Parts: sequence; structure tokens; C-alpha cells
Amino acid sequence: MGRTIVEKILAAHTDRKNFKVGEILNVRVDFVFGNDVTAPLAIKDFQNSGAKHVFDSDRIGLIPDHFTPNKDIKSAEQCKILRDFSRVEKIKHYFEVGKMGIEHALLPEQGLVLPGDVVVGADSHTPTSGALGAFATGVGSTDLGAIITLGEMWLKVPETIKFIYRGKLDKWVSGKDLILYTIGKIGVDGATYKVMEFCGEAIENLSMDNRFTMCNMAIEAGAKSGIIEPDKITLDYIKNRAKRPYKFYQSDSDAIYEKIIEYDVSEIEPQVAFPHLPENGRGISQVGEIKIDQAVIGSCTNGRIDDLRVAAKILQGKRVYPGVRLIVIPGTQDIYLQAVREGLVEIFISAGAAFSTPTCGPCIGGHMGVLAEGERAISTTNRNFVGRMGHPKSEVYLSSPAVAAASAIVGKIANPEEVI
Amino acid sequence: MKLKGKVWKFKDNIDTDVIIPARYLNTSDPGELALHCMEDYDSEFIKKMERGDIFVAGNNFGCGSSREHAPIALKEAGVSCIIAKSFGRIFFRNAINIGLPIFESSEIFNETNQGDEIEVNTDSGSITNVTRGKVYKINPLPEFIQNIISLGGLKEYVKKEVKRRKLNV
Repeated sequence: MGRTIVEKILAAHTDRKNFKVGEILNVRVDFVFGNDVTAPLAIKDFQNSGAKHVFDSDRIGLIPDHFTPNKDIKSAEQCKILRDFSRVEKIKHYFEVGKMGIEHALLPEQGLVLPGDVVVGADSHTPTSGALGAFATGVGSTDLGAIITLGEMWLKVPETIKFIYRGKLDKWVSGKDLILYTIGKIGVDGATYKVMEFCGEAIENLSMDNRFTMCNMAIEAGAKSGIIEPDKITLDYIKNRAKRPYKFYQSDSDAIYEKIIEYDVSEIEPQVAFPHLPENGRGISQVGEIKIDQAVIGSCTNGRIDDLRVAAKILQGKRVYPGVRLIVIPGTQDIYLQAVREGLVEIFISAGAAFSTPTCGPCIGGHMGVLAEGERAISTTNRNFVGRMGHPKSEVYLSSPAVAAASAIVGKIANPEEVI
Repeated sequence: MKLKGKVWKFKDNIDTDVIIPARYLNTSDPGELALHCMEDYDSEFIKKMERGDIFVAGNNFGCGSSREHAPIALKEAGVSCIIAKSFGRIFFRNAINIGLPIFESSEIFNETNQGDEIEVNTDSGSITNVTRGKVYKINPLPEFIQNIISLGGLKEYVKKEVKRRKLNV
């Protein structure tokens, strides 16, 4: 009987033969990581475990990205726990401010997570790396502590839903629009405990950055992971980055899926997800007049170079609408530098935007753009829950970078067509 | 283990940002986290609830972020057990890992009201709605997970494995 790409990856990481969907496996982990929110508790667990050392100091990433550069004394104390631990345990992949990026943008970029890997992160957006053809899933702090100690984790073999995207994308329609559209169709629990496997003509033609965006938001449909079969685009992305050997896996043609869902993408327009759930997506033509106070372009979802390029293209020679705050945050230092070299930063600043060092910042209402009571933001981030970006009575609308940039110019949620 | 408490009933999709807003995640101190538990749902919530209270929720309870601070805040605030139609998968793992009892049941959700008194027997796998005088049988967790729980959570499992594999020498 055929197997899905995820079943093949899991089979290569466990001693068990002939396992079935729903069974619990112990799997070896290729790369594990945590951040300034999740790692401190895990480090305490490791220290209480009795183990002399971590399982492998080269396969652990510690990335202070949520409240960094340290927003207050408490955040500074949390980050210090990561820094001190990394020194003692000789953690190779600890990223200090100045080298740091948002974990899910940084790890693929640095070639630390690779096709065929089992990747586990103590952060819900870990499925991002599934875009490389890896099995990548998010856990909490206690699991992270167990993995840095033992190098393995327990998991239930998940069912897979296959999503086939047929046709060609319209201008201004991106990976973000495809995933918001999909979540709108299946709901925020439409793939709970399951894997979302994305394929079809539209995915084959999608850039790596847009693929990351899609897998990043698999968790917003409740999924355990999102995955895309690796191809030439994947190979071009990783060949000069990979720090270890890697392996391409493909699903068999007779693999068993829980469900197969097909979409014709030529009918999809830019999407906007209304408060307070990512499933509240609407086509841009159905949005109506929604004034904004802030626009955010960045995050682990949309802070990559493709995202900054499309935003700059729209903002070039334009000004941000009076009274609107546009905040642009590159995902990593390399993306930042690339944006400087291409002249994108000059476009943003000339348009009246704030341009920041990499941080999760506003996405979690942490810092660098927190909303007041009654304020409204359009954001390229991943969640629009109550209080996500600040005051419990503020509102977040989710969109692509193109829609967020256009909205910043118009002062209300806008179709990029209106400003180009 | 026997748990008894008053029911707080919740709709679908109670996310981890509502359980503990991210603005408080610059600490891992359980006592401090508990002070802000469910604050964006009801700013007075922590004053209104009592130790031992039980949550009964709809689909996808605990969806969203991987923050273990969410089940930690609930447990520290005194929530003794959560029964939901379904859970966000990371929240489910986290709750088991920290030893917060958690059960899936659509039937109990459909037949329970805010304020009902519920008794949970985690050993026999039965849940009683004392107010309505109805007993429910719950599906046992997989053996591997039961083993983790009986050891006292994942941390204890890891300690045992560290000794067994001689990682402590």
C-alpha cells in the first residue's frame, strides 16, 4: 500500500515497522528549537532531568525573537536564560540580537532545517519548514525539554488531507491568499490533528517564500503540519544553504488520504480575514469600507524578501495615508540586508513607514506596534484573535503584503489595483 | 483521582491568546500567569472563579499558540479539569504533559449548563453531572499516554529514561 510523504519521513525516523495511521510512535528528531517565551521552562526541565548534557548541541536552536530586542526587564531575564544555557551547553545555533531573525524565517534560510527532516519547535508556527518537504510540527515547553534531553518525541501518526490547487493565480494573489481562502473554506478546526499536503499546478509555480507562508498557517486550521513535496524550486533554495545531507521524499500515487480537496485558484481574489478568527476570510471585493489606524508587514508568515519586494513595488513613489502607521519588519538580518541592497528600505522610509530590526513584536501585541482600545490594523501576520495585537477591544484584519501596503496608502482596506 | 467542581461553559475556538494574552508571556511564573487567566474573555474572571471549577467547552479549545503558559495558568488558577468537544492539538499535549486532566466529549458539552456541578473520576473513567444526576463514560486515553500520566507527567518519564539510558553519568 502506498504512503504519503509524511508517513515516509516518519518511517525513516522510527524503529517501528508497518505502523498505521493513529498509532503512537517514538521518532528521532533532526532539529529542535525554542524561543524566549517557550525555552526558559524547557531549560529548567532539562536541568531537573538528571542528564549530564543535551542530546546533541549541534541540533538545537535557541532563538530569542518574541520580545527582542529586550522590551523590558522581564523579557531581558528570559533571554538571559537562553544565552547562559547556550554558553554552558555549547549550543551551536544560538542567535543573538544582531544575528537573530524570526525563527521560522531564520532556520530554513540558514540551512538548518532540510527536506526529509523531522523538525520540532516549541512554537505553533513550526510547520513553516514543511514547505521544504520536511515533517515540521509545534509543541510546548515540556515537550521541548524532553527533546533537548532525549532527542526524540512521541507522536500519533497523523492522517493527511491533500489540497490540490488547479489553475493560475491572478495578479496580486499570493500564497497568503491561498491559505486564507483554504482556512475560510475548512474552518479553524478543519484539519485538527491532521497534515495538510499542498500540491497542484499553482503550488508548483509558487516561489519558496510563498510556500513558507502557506505551510506557516496550517496551524490556523488546527493542523499538526503542512507540507509541500520538494522539487526544483526547493533544490534551488537549499543547495547553497544546507549544512547537512538531506533527502527528497514524494507521496506515492496510491497513498491513502483522509480527504482530497480541490480548488480552482483562478477564481480566488486577494483575501482579508475579519476579526476575530483566521477563518473569517472574504474576497477583497466583498470587504466594504474599513478604515485602518495601522498596517503591519512582517512576521514569520510574511516577512521574507518576496513579501518586502511586493510591498515596495506598491509603495514606490507613494505616501502612507495621514494618521496611519505603517510598520515594516523583515524576518531576518539577511532579508534586512537584501532589502537595503535592493533599495526597498529607502522606498519604505520615503513612503513614511517605520522599518524595524527583526522581531515577532506586534504580531503578539508584545511591542513595536501595540494597538489602543478601538484601533484597527491590517496585518500580514497569522492571527486576529481578541487582544492579539494589543487592547482586547482592538481589531486585526489579516491579509497579504500587497493588500496591507495598498491599505496603508489609501487609509482603508484596499485592493492593490486601486493604487497601481 | 476524584475531582468535583462547578461548570464554566465556553463556546467553540477558545484560543490561547484569550486564556493567557501574549503580553504577559515575558514571565514563566505560574502564580503571575494565573492572575491574568481568561482576562480578555472577562476581566473579572479570576475573581469570579473558585478553585476546583471545571471548564466545559465546544470545539477546538486551546487553539492557536504553543504556549504551555495557557494550561499552566488554568491549572494554577485552580481549574481542575477541562472537558471539550475537541482541543487544539498542542494544547492537548501540553495539558497532558503538565498533568491537567482533559477529556473529549460532545455529549457532556451538549447536556451541561453553566453552573452545573460535575464530578470526575479519572481512574474509573466516569464523569457525573451531579446537578442533573447523569453519569457519562469517557473513552480511555491511549496506553502510551496513560503510562506518561501514571508516571506523573512527561518530566517524570524523561527522568526515568535518563537513568535507564545512563545519560546521568
